[in-house]
Amino acid sequence: MSEKSNRIIVTVIGADRVGIIAGVATVLAEANANIVDISQTTLREFFTMILMADLSQATIPFDELKRRLTEKGEEMGVKIDAQHEDVFKYMHRV
Amino acid sequence: MPLPFSPQEIVETIRMVQMENLDIRTITMGISLRDCAHPDLDAAGRKAYEKICRLAGRLVAVGNEIEREYGIPVVNKRISVTPISLIAECTAAKSYVRFAEHLDRAAAEVGVNFIGGFSALVHKGATPGDRALIASIPEALSTTERVCASVNVGTTRAGINMDAVAEMGRIVHETAHRTADRDGIGAAKLVVFCNAVEDNPFMAGAFHGVGEPDCVINVGVSGPGVVMSAVQQMPDADFGELASVIKRTAFKITRMGELVGRAASEKLGVPFGIVDLSLAPTPAHGDSVARILEAMGLERVGAHGSTAALALLNDAVKKGGAMASGYVGGLSGAFIPVSEDIGMIEAAEMGAITFDKLEAMTAVCSVGLDMIAVPGSTPPETIAAIIADEAAIGMINRKTTAVRLVPAPGKDVGDFVEFGGLLGRAPVVALNACSSAAFIRRGGRIPAPLQALNN
Repeated sequence: MSEKSNRIIVTVIGADRVGIIAGVATVLAEANANIVDISQTTLREFFTMILMADLSQATIPFDELKRRLTEKGEEMGVKIDAQHEDVFKYMHRV
Repeated sequence: MPLPFSPQEIVETIRMVQMENLDIRTITMGISLRDCAHPDLDAAGRKAYEKICRLAGRLVAVGNEIEREYGIPVVNKRISVTPISLIAECTAAKSYVRFAEHLDRAAAEVGVNFIGGFSALVHKGATPGDRALIASIPEALSTTERVCASVNVGTTRAGINMDAVAEMGRIVHETAHRTADRDGIGAAKLVVFCNAVEDNPFMAGAFHGVGEPDCVINVGVSGPGVVMSAVQQMPDADFGELASVIKRTAFKITRMGELVGRAASEKLGVPFGIVDLSLAPTPAHGDSVARILEAMGLERVGAHGSTAALALLNDAVKKGGAMASGYVGGLSGAFIPVSEDIGMIEAAEMGAITFDKLEAMTAVCSVGLDMIAVPGSTPPETIAAIIADEAAIGMINRKTTAVRLVPAPGKDVGDFVEFGGLLGRAPVVALNACSSAAFIRRGGRIPAPLQALNN
């Protein structure tokens, strides 16, 4: 892990509705996490939003942010997960 | 910048962790105690205690930190140490139980649930220290909580020490009976090996080999649920395709071990040893090796075809894992413990899997006869004969084999034993009732096989 990354990948899975992006973006903004990229797609009939955020200037630790995102997801009726970018890098890139 | 991963890749990873129980089963710190020998047993134990607390003091905190940082569960943090027979031998003590107590105290102090290495390597013969250690096992395992013991009784290079095998039959029996009030749980912390490996991170058989550095981090990854789900999605695939999908899945799982191992090594300032990808079941639903074999098309594990299915699985797991980590080691493959696998428990209860089929399957799995409850009245000679059979399979096939049997005191075929937690529960299975006593009484060594003569 030489190039230490502070980026995380946030996934939102569930039924599409107004305000999902705003809800997630608010949680991230409150933590001073910068959104690097965002994409939406439909996987197996589910609305899936994937978002990459940079935590290098974040004001709260990753686990706290993850807790807040999960909470927000429950509030909006969607499932939100967050994981460190390295997890995907290791699993899917050789 | 665009996302560096496809949505399918991202969702696949999330699914593995969230729904298919992908986890880091253990981060195991191997610690050499060779510098802790002392003519006074208690002093040696205190030195070991201090060294373990010094090196592993942050192990649990770092494990938890990694879990938070990467969002991957790190289920256990554990410690393996140099076989205690080597460390305690220069004392005049007849019993090493006091040393086990120091280990237990150290494990409690640093917060790990198991510490392995109350061990002796006697595949060609036993020294006075080995004998003292083996004799101490029943008391040590019944009076401590976290200490695990193992004894290596054979290797492909040396053959099988049948005197040690006979002794271990008695020791397993006594250990179970000393913990009769808890269904013989002491025996669940005792492994008898052939071709034991020096860098295995999984309990109860972990110890820190003499060829290892002073301190090392080994990681055990698991994920039977992930493999099962991959197999389930291919009901019509032929065996070539099936092996290929298992390989790819094993590769991905092992990459997580590599990531976590490197992170742990960096954070602790301790060299990274190996990743051991072993499909290690737990009693939880969706975490079963038996279910993978059933997903391949067997009505129940134990059906004819189970050995072939397990051979394919074990080999594909090794091939996928080997590509995924710089250093694959330990046991790497598939474990088939009975009490820790919901599919095995069910199959044993309904008679679909028998003791003899389990033995056949150990010829192609990564370890051996594991967590099997047998009648408490089983004679020590029969236990020894089971150990001899299993060691013979390992010796001839140049693989690690092991026996972890629980002769459950007061229980008979059809009864259940309950260990709780990761150790699970198991029905008591029937053994062959014919005597092996005269065979075991012969003593001596089974010579090294032709396979050993390869120089």
